Amino acid sequence: MSLKDRRLADLRARIAEVTAADAVALQRDGALLVDVREDEETATGSPAGALRLPRGFLELRIEEKAPDPARPLLLMCAGGTRSLFAAEDLLRLGYGDVRSVAGGFSAWKAAGLPVEVPPQLDAAQRERYRRHLTMPEVGEAGQHRLLRSRVALIGAGGLGSPIALYLAAAGVGRLTLIDDDRVERSNLQRQILHAESRLGQRKVESGRAALLDLNPTIEVVSHDTRLEAANVLDLLGGHDVVVDGSDNLPTRYLVNDACLRLGVPNVYGAIFRFEGQVSVFGGAVPGLRPCYRCLFPEPPPAEYAPSCAEAGVLGVLPGVIGTIMAAETIKLLLGLGEPLAGRLLLYDGLRGEFNEIAVPVDPDCPSCSAGARPELNDIAAVCAG
Amino acid sequence: MTNAEVTIRVPTPLRGFIGGRDQVTVPGATVREALSALTAGQDAFRDRLFTAEGDLRRFVNVYLGRDDVRRLGGLEAALPAGATLTLMVALAGG
Repeated sequence: MSLKDRRLADLRARIAEVTAADAVALQRDGALLVDVREDEETATGSPAGALRLPRGFLELRIEEKAPDPARPLLLMCAGGTRSLFAAEDLLRLGYGDVRSVAGGFSAWKAAGLPVEVPPQLDAAQRERYRRHLTMPEVGEAGQHRLLRSRVALIGAGGLGSPIALYLAAAGVGRLTLIDDDRVERSNLQRQILHAESRLGQRKVESGRAALLDLNPTIEVVSHDTRLEAANVLDLLGGHDVVVDGSDNLPTRYLVNDACLRLGVPNVYGAIFRFEGQVSVFGGAVPGLRPCYRCLFPEPPPAEYAPSCAEAGVLGVLPGVIGTIMAAETIKLLLGLGEPLAGRLLLYDGLRGEFNEIAVPVDPDCPSCSAGARPELNDIAAVCAG
Repeated sequence: MTNAEVTIRVPTPLRGFIGGRDQVTVPGATVREALSALTAGQDAFRDRLFTAEGDLRRFVNVYLGRDDVRRLGGLEAALPAGATLTLMVALAGG
């Protein structure tokens, strides 16, 4: 008997084995099925719902996926041999219930059990997103999620520039740019999405060119149009997150109300001179997160509205606020951390201070309270600029 | 009326009313007293914050610490010594 066979006989006597059919039932009851084969092997198919974790990284990464050492683990390889070795390693690591699937993936397929072909990152994508892939909070699953995500960005201007660039760089699979302006030289002091060489172009086209230059593997959809009550649901529908980088209050109210209708979170930011505000509105079960109207139920009348003509802004200010908006967007897409919801982050650039105020859900909110159906209105422009 | 001092932070769009400063210190034992002191002698500023009936305008928010004073008793809410009020209005720019 070879050393290997002797060792396997010893392992079979100590490690519990289950059939593929039993593994499915156990998986349904909460056990974690772990496919320990190499990436090249799982690329063509792996059990549906299995965690794919090659044996070489098993001990290093299993705790990220199975933090409870009491959770039953079912290990699978191609034929049921490597999984025995791997099971012993995990028992030694401290897991209490580790079993090996007899016959491995061959038996699974032969039994006609469900198989999925995991999405694959190609070599260039692996290189591009390496700093995401090495973080357990993103990893391969998170990167796939970003690649499958759709984000609508209102405004390809000051806030829109850093937001669009960082979301494109992060690999958000589809970015929809909505703006009806042209690139002017006076934009370039802060709108880093655009360039001297693209003066006069439609902003959505200039932006699209810049984003695809940064990351040609994503899709950038451009809408050279102004959001209105008549088109807002069509333009924003089908997105996972809407990011409001618009430059006027009527659009902000319209975006808020449309996002409530669509059930999509709205990442909000606004800037003026040295000052900025950021928050996340809506997009959760009703009553959980406030909306923009919980904070400001109605816009000010024209005579009190912020004057766009005088609305100077420090060039870097949209960078400060826009990058926080991009971070909140990625957190929402990946379900990471705590969204900046229920509070408004205030940035005072001159003092170099961040402050936070509470934004509770308003039970009488005209848009998001129980039974309210937000109306979509084109509010008369409250700023002539 | 009391001599307790209240710091009021003023957002950029309203700083023109206070000489461009970003905060001022005024006397006041309630939110109303502090805001009245802030706007004393400036009808335009007063009109910007209050309705003709003396209510806070719906598009102006005032926070004591991090909480909206509307949830703390409104304009009559008492202010502790050394309180900081933050005025806030919508910003539009992007």
